[in-house]
Amino acid sequence: MRPVYMITGGITRFAKAHPDKDFRLMVKEAFEYALADLPGLDRDLIDGSVCSYFSDHFTRQPMAGAMVQDYLGLCPKPSRRVEGGGATGGLCFQAAWEAVASGRMEVCLAMGFETMSRVNTWKGNEFIALASDTNFDYPVGGFYTGYYAMMVRRHMHEFGTTLEQMAKVAVKNHRNALHNSYAQQPALLSVADVRGSSMVATPLTILDCCQMSDGAAVAILASEEVAQRLCQQPVRITGIGSGTDAMRMADRPHGEVPLLPHETAEEYRDLRYPGVHSFRGGRMAAKLAYRMAGIIDPGRELDFAEIHDAYTSSEIQTYEDLGFCRYGQGGRFVDAGAPFMANLDYGLTFSGEGTWPRLPVNPSGGLLACGHPVGATGLMQAVFAFWQLQGSIARHLGDAALQLPDPKKGLIHSHAGTGTYITVTVMERV
Amino acid sequence: MNTDAKLPETEEGTILFNTDPIIVKDHYEIDYLHSYAQDSPFFAGLAGKKLLGSRCIGCGYTYATPRGHCMGCGAPTSWVELPQEGRVHTYTTCHFGGEAFLKETPFTLVLVEFDSVDTLFLSRLIGAEPDEVRIGMPIRARFRRNCQFKPTDVYFVPL
Ligand SMILES: [Zn+2]
Repeated sequence: MRPVYMITGGITRFAKAHPDKDFRLMVKEAFEYALADLPGLDRDLIDGSVCSYFSDHFTRQPMAGAMVQDYLGLCPKPSRRVEGGGATGGLCFQAAWEAVASGRMEVCLAMGFETMSRVNTWKGNEFIALASDTNFDYPVGGFYTGYYAMMVRRHMHEFGTTLEQMAKVAVKNHRNALHNSYAQQPALLSVADVRGSSMVATPLTILDCCQMSDGAAVAILASEEVAQRLCQQPVRITGIGSGTDAMRMADRPHGEVPLLPHETAEEYRDLRYPGVHSFRGGRMAAKLAYRMAGIIDPGRELDFAEIHDAYTSSEIQTYEDLGFCRYGQGGRFVDAGAPFMANLDYGLTFSGEGTWPRLPVNPSGGLLACGHPVGATGLMQAVFAFWQLQGSIARHLGDAALQLPDPKKGLIHSHAGTGTYITVTVMERV
Repeated sequence: MNTDAKLPETEEGTILFNTDPIIVKDHYEIDYLHSYAQDSPFFAGLAGKKLLGSRCIGCGYTYATPRGHCMGCGAPTSWVELPQEGRVHTYTTCHFGGEAFLKETPFTLVLVEFDSVDTLFLSRLIGAEPDEVRIGMPIRARFRRNCQFKPTDVYFVPL
C-alpha cells in the first residue's frame, strides 16, 4: 500500500429539509465547493468515485449513486456504492482510501448524501429501525433510541454514569456548533434544558439524540504524487481501522477486552465485556487504526476527534472504546472537562480531575448539533477534520473559534447499528 | 397509423403539498412473503407457550435469541427450552417510536437474562410502571393466547 492524502472536501449545510434540492444537486454543491477550494484539481483528474447513502427507503431510488455519478459528469469512470448503516460515510471514506492506496486510482472522490426529509419523522424512525433484526428486534421495539437507552441504562448500572454527564455532552456539542455555519441545530443549552426536554426513551431525551437531516458531503483523496503537485496543505491518512459486532445487541457475548497499547489486562480483570454497555467493534476499529498510525496512547497523542455521537450516551461509550479513558470512566472524562474546547464558555464547571489531558471531541458540534444525514455524516467528519488539520477552519466557517491552535493528529469515527459496523480513521497534518 | 391518437382523460389528480418546488404525495406499499426459515421453530414454540433458545452442539454456548449456527465456532445448534423466569438485564420506556409502534407508546422494553444462558432476549415488559422497573428485577414470561407468530407473542411481567 502507498501513502494516501485528503486534498480537498466540501459539505452542504445540514438541515431538516432541503426540498429545493434533490440528492444529486446536494452532492454537486459539496463537490463544486471542494473543486473550488483546490485550484488545479478538475474533474479530468478524478479517476473514479465511491458513493455513500444508507437507505433505499429514504431515497426511493435504488442506484442513486449512479445518478450522482452522471450528474457530476464523471461517467464513464468507475464508481460504486458503499452501504453500512450509520457507518456508511466512514466506510465510503475508507473505500476511497483503498482505491488510492492500492494504486488503482490516483484521485478518488468519496461522496455521500441522505435525504431524510422525504418522509415523516416516525416513518424515518421506522426506516432506521428496519436496520435491526427484522425477525426478533424490529417487531418488538422498532426504535433505535430505545436500543441505545437500554445500552446506557446498563452503562449507568455498571459504571455509575449519570444523566448530568450525558447532558453535558449535549451542552458541549450544541455550544461548539454555534460557531459552525453548516450545523443544523446550534444552541446554548444547560444541563437542565437537556434533562427537561421531551423524553424519547428513558433516560434519553430529545436533546440526547441527533436529528434526521438532508445534506451531502464529499472528500477527495489522492496519491502522494498528486497531493504534492496540487495541494499546498494535504492531510495524510495514516491509520485505517474498522470492526463489527453482532447485529442483535442481545447476542453480545462476554469475553476479553481487546487491549490498546497503553492498557493492561489487569485493569479490566473485573469487567464483563463488551455486554451491551460497550462497543467491541469500535475497540477493534481503534486498535487497527492506532496500530497503522503508530499511536500508543491515543488520549495523549491525538489533538481532537470527530466521533459518531448519535446519542450523548454513545459519545461517552465511545470515549472508552477509543481508549481516551479507561472503560467505565467516560462519565468522569466529561466531568473533568477533557473533551471540551479550551476557549469556549459552556456555563459549566469542571472537576479538573487531572488524569486526562484535554482532547476536544466533536469541535464541529458532531451529529448532535450538525444533524445526521446518514450517508453524508462520516464524510462531513472527514471534511471538518481536514479543515482543522489544515488550519483553515476560519476560512471555511467564517469564524475561527473552532480552530485548535496547533493540531497535528485527529481521528474520525463512524458507527452503525448498535455498534454493528464501526470505522476509525486517523488523519495527520503533513 | 393514427395521427389523432389520444390518451384517455381521467378524473384522478395528484396530491400537491407545495408548488415551488413541486412536492407531491407519492404512496408506496408492499406485501412480503417473509419466511422465518431456520428460525421457524421458535415461532411455532410460542404457539405452544414454549420459549425456545438454541445451544451449540460444538461448544455448548447457549443463545437466548435463537440462531441456527453458533457465532463462536460455526457448528449447528440444537433447540433448547429456556426457563420462563429471568431477570431484567436492562430496560427503557419508549415514549416515541417507528410509525407502526406509535399507537403502543409508551411501552417498556427489557433485555432478559436467564440462568445458564449466555445471551439475552429482547422483549416487552408490562404490569410495572416505568419507575418500578429496575435492573435485576425478577420477571416471568407470558404468552398471547391467540398466536400471531411474532416475537411479541411472548412478553414479560413482574414475578
Ligand atoms: Zn459453538
